[in-house]
Amino acid sequence: MTKKIMRGILAAFAGAVLMAGTALAADTKAVAISNFAFDPPTLTVAPGTKVVWTNHDEEPHTVTSASKAAPFKSAGLDTDEAFSVVFNRPGTYKYFCSIHPHMVGEIVVK
Amino acid sequence: MDTTSIDRQSIGPNEPGHTRRGLLKCMAWAGTGILWTMSGGVPKGFGLGGEAVASETGGFTFVQISDSHIGFKGAANPAPDATLQQALAKIAALPNRPALMLHTGDVSHLSKPAELDAAAEILKTARLDTHFIPGEHDVIGDDGKAFFARFGAPGAAPGGWYSFDHGGVHFIALVNVLGFTPGTGGTLGPTQLEWLEDDLKGKGASTPIVVMAHVPLWPIYPQWGWTTGDAGQAFTYLRRFGSVTVLNGHIHQIVQKVEDKVTFHTAMSTAFPQPAPGQAPSPGPMKVPADKLKSMLGVRRIDYAPATGLAAADLTLAS
Repeated sequence: MTKKIMRGILAAFAGAVLMAGTALAADTKAVAISNFAFDPPTLTVAPGTKVVWTNHDEEPHTVTSASKAAPFKSAGLDTDEAFSVVFNRPGTYKYFCSIHPHMVGEIVVK
Repeated sequence: MDTTSIDRQSIGPNEPGHTRRGLLKCMAWAGTGILWTMSGGVPKGFGLGGEAVASETGGFTFVQISDSHIGFKGAANPAPDATLQQALAKIAALPNRPALMLHTGDVSHLSKPAELDAAAEILKTARLDTHFIPGEHDVIGDDGKAFFARFGAPGAAPGGWYSFDHGGVHFIALVNVLGFTPGTGGTLGPTQLEWLEDDLKGKGASTPIVVMAHVPLWPIYPQWGWTTGDAGQAFTYLRRFGSVTVLNGHIHQIVQKVEDKVTFHTAMSTAFPQPAPGQAPSPGPMKVPADKLKSMLGVRRIDYAPATGLAAADLTLAS
């Protein structure tokens, strides 16, 4: 593996949105999944915020990044299951439910 | 480095809720319903009193079931396995043994192998030649790998779609629940559309065509995703045929439409009803009183005879 590729991979990780853990999460914000909609559909947060989606429907949903550049993808979330992502880098992250693609939302990090 | 995390996992093993009461109830059904004949493309309803005996006219009977949602545990029906069994009992009680059974998707609720296995166990008790396509609930997280491993058709295209012939009717099974993009409903995709065009080449225009797909192939209510964005292209290939019957699931209720020589039907679920388009805040499972549930679940019987074409009858679990 060349240095250049290595740097690219590191940059991709560093630039990526997501860190699992909570150590870096300064704050937590919630998005409710209710009645086949993300609420709020647009959520603006500071860098480092952990966003938690919780499914309140009887129907399963997913939280799936609409962008290939900054991917995040939950499993199918059944009733009361949650999924979280820590957003470190400023930007607009659009996402949708891959089971019900008319459900769309976005996280604005600034 | 783990990039995502699930905070809570509360899914337990599937616990089917067989009840003796449910079994006794299902023994008490009587068969009534409405027959729809498609003469000149216009459905005409009449009572089901044994008028259509397909086997005596060189034809055959087949059935459609849909949206079993095995694994669903919500209040709208905590025992979808029991209602699926009741649906199969309804089919077993038909005067003509069906030559085929079509399942138009959402066999499982969450695509879990245990759910798919439980569904397969129940469905095989029907002892019918069964043809499946996935719903969006069957392809969660693995693009349908677990589903196709159990229910995929031999010789299907890599995307899972296929066709076959039976008794002079050409059956086409389309997959419109993979490759979803934000803001859309069902999607067939260019590869499948090309395959469809090829599949129909050389078929005589008088060949009766039956198309099965999970998400409706016409815009019933796009606001809820009840549409297939690129279905119009499919109908440019189907339009030249004299009889096209489209069988969909997904919306857990019967909606029918005739457009020239194409007749569209959505089916009842065997698990739970969903609200009429726009009549609720969302299309989620609809809780109805227990005594009403069976009147909103059901199966579809279709008789085919060369002289008269296809005749469809929707039978509820309460009928």
